[in-house]
Amino acid sequence: MDDKYIITVKDLTKKFGSFIAVDKISFEVPAGEIFGFLGANGAGKTTAMRMLCGLSIPSSGTATVAGFDVYKQTEQIKKNIGYMSQKFSLYEDLTVKENIDFYGGVYGLSKEKRKEKTEFLIDLLKIEDAKNKLIKSLPLGWKQKLAFSIAIIHEPKIVFLDEPTGGVDPITRRQFWDMIYEAADRNVTVFVTTHYMDEAEYCSRISMMVDGRIAALDTPGNLKKQFGVETMHEVFVKLARPQSNE
Amino acid sequence: MEYAVSVKNISKSFDETKAVDDISFDVKHGELFGFIGPDGAGKTTLFRMLTTLLLPGSGSAVVDGFDIVKDYKKIRSSVGYMPGRFSLYQDLSVEENLKFFARVFGTTIEKNYDLIKDIYIMLEPFNKRRAGQLSGGMKQKLALSCALIHRPDVLFLDEPTTGVDPVSRNEFWEMLGKLKNEGITILVSTPYMDEASKCDRIALMQKGKILDIGFLRDIIGKYGKKIYAVRSDNMHKLILDIRSDENTESVYSFGDFLHYTDKHGGIDIERMKNILMSEGHTNLTIQEINPGIEDCFMSLMNK
Repeated sequence: MDDKYIITVKDLTKKFGSFIAVDKISFEVPAGEIFGFLGANGAGKTTAMRMLCGLSIPSSGTATVAGFDVYKQTEQIKKNIGYMSQKFSLYEDLTVKENIDFYGGVYGLSKEKRKEKTEFLIDLLKIEDAKNKLIKSLPLGWKQKLAFSIAIIHEPKIVFLDEPTGGVDPITRRQFWDMIYEAADRNVTVFVTTHYMDEAEYCSRISMMVDGRIAALDTPGNLKKQFGVETMHEVFVKLARPQSNE
Repeated sequence: MEYAVSVKNISKSFDETKAVDDISFDVKHGELFGFIGPDGAGKTTLFRMLTTLLLPGSGSAVVDGFDIVKDYKKIRSSVGYMPGRFSLYQDLSVEENLKFFARVFGTTIEKNYDLIKDIYIMLEPFNKRRAGQLSGGMKQKLALSCALIHRPDVLFLDEPTTGVDPVSRNEFWEMLGKLKNEGITILVSTPYMDEASKCDRIALMQKGKILDIGFLRDIIGKYGKKIYAVRSDNMHKLILDIRSDENTESVYSFGDFLHYTDKHGGIDIERMKNILMSEGHTNLTIQEINPGIEDCFMSLMNK
């Protein structure tokens, strides 16, 4: 594998019976990039992402994630990536410290390392006063930030974020993107899906899936130029519903 | 009866959390009214009280002329409710679900077919498919059909567009526009601020309270500050530089621009440009803009 790329995908395909959910997609993601993975509901994003996370074996094509093969090395992939979604979250009936310790343990960090990480995160997130509180008592915004920090507690090279800001208030949503930028600055590759088109503008590059294929892949600036529009929202509309264009 | 929904000082707490905190508002007949706010704003708790699924802690409300506590049975037959989580029978087919709901409400699909036709027509090819096997968009259309099958006077939709892509969200709002034309009063909640423009009136909600309520243009009109859109080649550095300036009141990313307000009620654009250029920014643009609903919401959150 070329070390420059953290994800390499070639003709990746997934069929369910006669239905082709993902149809020969190909792309590469360099280290440290914020890669936006967009598409309408049902376009195949989730299926593609599940293959890249080692949760679903492809029907054909090839792909490597963090240097590991998506057919043969799914366990290594799971250990070497971070993952966070709006649904997959923290244990509500454990405290902040217990959650950090638990997930650190799941990812195989030593006792010393877990202690060090716990102190580091409590300091980073400025939640000293809340460290012994149950997760369910915390505001949603804090939970989101903690969930993201925990998703990268084992210092993966890449983190997959599946609609991480859904339902979050507009200020917290922007603070969350500050955290994404900080992670990218530390050379963590970020693979993110979102339905907020303003967030699409914050990505280094955008891939747009339509009917199982990648219909466009470029920087937000180039995509807007290519379609002759002002916003990513308009790009999305043009690509997702090509037949409805005047 | 003047209003379709009239709510007075309603509250509901769970343990120490005030989910809904002393809320009052009225919704007119035939109005499309939006409750806009993030998770935890109290939208679902409010809707569950108004649809008689939850008793209020205090306060009162009248829906379609009926008291939500005393007349709960009457409300149940005259309102439609589409909960945020898909809650139809996964093991029944599309058609079976719809027939079931029609029968529970003592009606038939045929009787009210004209009301649901536009929505249901997209589902008919999948009539025999189990509801659990439908795509997200199809589930949503079936849930809406089931909520409408008894021709309710008032329709409650709890976050119908959450997790839905922007194009499908637009299509959903077009459907709501048609239902409004049928004279149905619609109360809808959403975390997406941009959907405010689709509603007749809106309530902005946060932590159990209404931050502001009224017509979108009036809420925006009350913003009362000058706001600027700023852009340069290095947006990450730009936000850090502006944030560290002592005159800055707020600066937030808005797509490929930053929205900026200062502490003194307005800036000298040329002067600010010079300062930022001296900090190394290139291709700099600064212009005064009209605030949007998200600017207003964030400003109200900070008050």
